[in-house]
Amino acid sequence: MSDLTFTLIEFGIKAAIIINIVLVMASVEVYLERKISAWIQNRVGPNRVGPMGLLQPIADVVKLFMKEDLVPKAAFQGFHRLAPLLTLAVAIGVYAVIPYAHYVNIGERTVYWGIAPNINIGVLFILAMTSIGVYGITLAGWASNSKYSLLGGLRSAAQMISYELSMGLSLLGVILIAGTLSLNEIILFQRDGWYGLRWMVFLQPVGFLIFLVSSFAETNRTPFDLPEAEPELVGGYNTEYSGMKFGMFFLAEYANMATASAFLSLLYFGGWSLPFPEFWDSIGLIEGTWSRALLQFGSFFVKLMIFIVFFIWVRWTVPRFRYDQLMNLGWKVLLPLSIINLFVTASVIIFFGL
Amino acid sequence: MPEQSILMEYLPLILMLLVGAVVGIQFTLFSEWLGAKRFTKEKQTTYESGMIPYGSASDRFSIKFYLTAVSFLVFDIEVVFIYPWAVQLRELGMQGFVAMSIFIIVLLIGLFYEIKKGGLKWD
Repeated sequence: MSDLTFTLIEFGIKAAIIINIVLVMASVEVYLERKISAWIQNRVGPNRVGPMGLLQPIADVVKLFMKEDLVPKAAFQGFHRLAPLLTLAVAIGVYAVIPYAHYVNIGERTVYWGIAPNINIGVLFILAMTSIGVYGITLAGWASNSKYSLLGGLRSAAQMISYELSMGLSLLGVILIAGTLSLNEIILFQRDGWYGLRWMVFLQPVGFLIFLVSSFAETNRTPFDLPEAEPELVGGYNTEYSGMKFGMFFLAEYANMATASAFLSLLYFGGWSLPFPEFWDSIGLIEGTWSRALLQFGSFFVKLMIFIVFFIWVRWTVPRFRYDQLMNLGWKVLLPLSIINLFVTASVIIFFGL
Repeated sequence: MPEQSILMEYLPLILMLLVGAVVGIQFTLFSEWLGAKRFTKEKQTTYESGMIPYGSASDRFSIKFYLTAVSFLVFDIEVVFIYPWAVQLRELGMQGFVAMSIFIIVLLIGLFYEIKKGGLKWD
């Protein structure tokens, strides 16, 4: 079997699994969001469809597909259709670089968990894709040819590009320390020291906080959900969308939330790495076996879920910012802070040889 | 051979984006086929809180959005410059550190000047 055929078959299987993970994760997030918000507000939450309302997300998706797909006469038809497509395609494309676990040996081949976790531009690819995500939202706002949509799209674009700067600069601290842009190598750096607990969050606490705040703004989640501030803008950029086209924005938002949680855990909390690697080696679970890989996936998944629950928890706890406060925080606090963080990190590496 | 293997490495990324686009196209088509189609004139107007829409939405908007975008461009290019430097810092050593420090300080001065001038003021 040639390398190309093997790559394509490998890709096909992994892509099918990952698409399912994305869609299932999105519905799990929707369910969790509704349940947790209900508990926080002392309600019961969805409990009619299936046991404990577990089938609620499926019912929602069926409903969205069956809805009338309205496009306003005044809208720019082609772009109106393109916008949700672009947003969703980019949100799914990011999953190509996420490593879910290290690798398993199948016969003579080494199969990595993830589509391209070793690629040497991993971090850049994430940043590029989040930037393209802005196009989808702005395009949706403009193509709807509605005043609310346009304002929502503009606000969203300004907010996302502002926080993208501090996001990119806070990541630089991690890259300076690890000296690589490949996600798997960043995880290996975190595993190979301090008994597998050399997590970046201990080396880069300020960078972590900036990244956390910026990822809330990047995913348009409360307290930064200005683009869809209901009292002012009806629905923001997705006011004129209905049916599954609205659902695609919704899906992309939740997929982006999962991506942000995944990157927080990969870059700052060791991703799939297990603490005390020698211990796992000594009881026979060496690298390359299925059981080790599944344990690593478990480690990653637990961190991912903690962050997702944190995202939801914040949404139902913290009130929305005002727009000038949002911009001030981004440009006057987070941006200088992340530049100083970068500067201090570089100085420590140069003068103390970390 | 090495060129080929680099291409092989990047192929999955492009394919994954295509898969995303295919999923998106499927959703769009299903949404347009499955839903009810009972269009009326009122349904197809743009939403303006129940009023009859007037004027075009492609109207003038606040200059501040434009200013933000221009500032973003300046600083994003800065970030693009810093990325390769960050990966190579240990090899570049002292010289690279000093060079990039000057670059960063100049840009910080620019940022503070812009803040002082009120270029990022929202009210």
